[in-house]
Amino acid sequence: MVTESAVEPQRKSSLTAPRGGAAGDKVFSGLSLTAGILILVTLAFVAVFLVAESLPALAPEVFSDQDSIESADNFFEYVWPLMAGTLIASAIALLLATPVAIGVALYISHYAPRAIATPVGYVIDLLAAIPSVVYGAFGMFILAPVMGPIYAWLTENLGFIPFFSDGYSATGRTLLTASIVLAVMVLPIITSLCREIFVQTPKLHEEAALALGATRWEMIKMTVFPFARAGIISSIMLALGRALGETMAVTMVLSQGVFSWNIISAGNTTIPSEIALNFPEAFGMRQSELIAAGLMLFIITLIVNMIARWIVSRHKEFSGAN
Amino acid sequence: MSHTAQNAAETARTQNAPRPRGKSTLTAGQMPSWVWLAVLAGALVLGAGIVALMGGGDFNIVGWLIISAILYVLGMYITTRVMENRRKATDGLWRNLVWAAFIIALIPLVAVIWSVLANGLSTLIANPHLLWEDMGGAAGGDVKFMREGGVGPIAGGFGHALVGTLMITLFAALISVPIGLLTSIFLVEYSRGGWFSRAITFFVDVMTGIPSIVAGLFAFALMELVITTFIGDTPRHLQMVKMGFTASVALSVLMIPVVVRSTEEMLRVVPNELREASYALGVRKWRTITKIVIPTAISGIASGITLAIARVAGETAPILVTAGFVANFNWNVFDDMMTALPVYIYRQMIFPSAAQAPDPSIDRAWAAALMLILIVMALNLIARIIAKAFAPKKTGR
Repeated sequence: MVTESAVEPQRKSSLTAPRGGAAGDKVFSGLSLTAGILILVTLAFVAVFLVAESLPALAPEVFSDQDSIESADNFFEYVWPLMAGTLIASAIALLLATPVAIGVALYISHYAPRAIATPVGYVIDLLAAIPSVVYGAFGMFILAPVMGPIYAWLTENLGFIPFFSDGYSATGRTLLTASIVLAVMVLPIITSLCREIFVQTPKLHEEAALALGATRWEMIKMTVFPFARAGIISSIMLALGRALGETMAVTMVLSQGVFSWNIISAGNTTIPSEIALNFPEAFGMRQSELIAAGLMLFIITLIVNMIARWIVSRHKEFSGAN
Repeated sequence: MSHTAQNAAETARTQNAPRPRGKSTLTAGQMPSWVWLAVLAGALVLGAGIVALMGGGDFNIVGWLIISAILYVLGMYITTRVMENRRKATDGLWRNLVWAAFIIALIPLVAVIWSVLANGLSTLIANPHLLWEDMGGAAGGDVKFMREGGVGPIAGGFGHALVGTLMITLFAALISVPIGLLTSIFLVEYSRGGWFSRAITFFVDVMTGIPSIVAGLFAFALMELVITTFIGDTPRHLQMVKMGFTASVALSVLMIPVVVRSTEEMLRVVPNELREASYALGVRKWRTITKIVIPTAISGIASGITLAIARVAGETAPILVTAGFVANFNWNVFDDMMTALPVYIYRQMIFPSAAQAPDPSIDRAWAAALMLILIVMALNLIARIIAKAFAPKKTGR
């Protein structure tokens, strides 16, 4: 009480006298708070709009004047081949990319001489920035013609595997080619995230392992991988999110068609490329169908990303993840 | 005790006994350094033999290299295992596999760059007018071009697409930079780690993972709602939804989280001593932020924003569904459709201007792809230069 009353007369002093700054403080903090709220509102809008626009397709009897959707009997029948195609393409892409990407990350962090490691790191970062439409063009005009003869060989010699049976596409514009392009696209993402984690391995752990007589590989197995495990998993999940949502590469490479287990013939499609191909000309119910498919994609990627973040946050204290 | 010591001494002696074989105890038992060359030569010869036998006449160089590489890795493992021990062999195997991963990764990445350069550079040099002309009447030009045997200048160009990318990206940056900047200021300077700031951080992370095509759908649905509510819902009004600004909104959804994350990181490394010194001098909080904190972090913020712009400048799908595509120049983002450079590349490759003469369209698309890569790479380079050149001296924590 005493101190407060003592301070009172000093309000008029030059140190605390308002000089037009108080209003500035309020305006500025208000503005920054508004920006934060705006982001939350935007994300809520994304969810609300997608749901609202896709309701006619999800339940046509209730929310539209039509009995069923246009492309199939019900929405599930329409969307499952798309989801299956999306998941298969992403899964193959990750299977191809992950071992190579982790190898490259290890190469940069533990194997390459310093003079090579730094420029390679830069190049990998730049490659992550190449627009997807360029990868699509590469897959369509350069990679697909190369893959055609390989697919012919696969059908001939490995035709007993369901993925390779029942014919092949001589043009090479198939789901497997699209997956390879996706693998090339997500490789820099996994590599740069993993590299950042690998170099954070405590030097003392590594040196202790080496001092006990471990070879370099044993050192990596004993110190680097346990330390980076959460980070590796979350980087794979982030890459999966990217692969699931990737549009142009698949749209340009794949010659779309109905779902089939054969990944080396024309056919299959993914949600993003279905939207990109049909949305410009769609209206009414068809537009709702496509937005509903987009909602499904949004939910899948949301789950994948949240799992990735959860893994990172759970292991934050013990590892280089995050 | 003395017995153990004697044993140890004996063991040491027996281990030292074969010493003359190696030059020193440190390198004893190791393979000579030329072994890998011998194995490599053997693998190459054997691989050549296998390919020649399997190919039956025509010699496949790619197949030869692949088979030789596999033989080399296996050969090194067996050789090391025989000449040294299993642990050394495993170590060597993984070293070779890591090198192989590096080479495997390099092939497609180099191939992508090379294919764009090889296909785009000559077209762009021979037809510099592609940079400033649009596609008005290009279809007729393409047919004429093909009829004349594919020589001479290519009709049309992608000037309108460059304008479209510039305007759409500019407006996206105008929307997302203030929002992103202010949000990160809120997160770092104003919030005290409460539930609200944690919610923002979490949802910014979620936004990072939104598929770009979903961002496009969102922007389209939002603008459709705005226009039907406030302007009208005739077919002509619905047509209005497809404009450059809708694409800018879509790109902002992708850009804001990137700006927030990078700016937040930069603001957090500004030393607290600077803020405290400023407060001690009686400077108000907002003046401290605008005059002390932001200038200190400006290099990092600017480079983060440049990287975010580079990311969205290459986006295709969200622009395709929101801004459509036209053949002519359009500088107004609020009126009529707009073509962006990535959409131009996609349209020209998939739907050539003249269906009976697709070659000029594909040439134009490759030239545009080269231009797009140059723009994105330049933005990345600028970001690095900004970060390096204007970085504050490292002090404090």
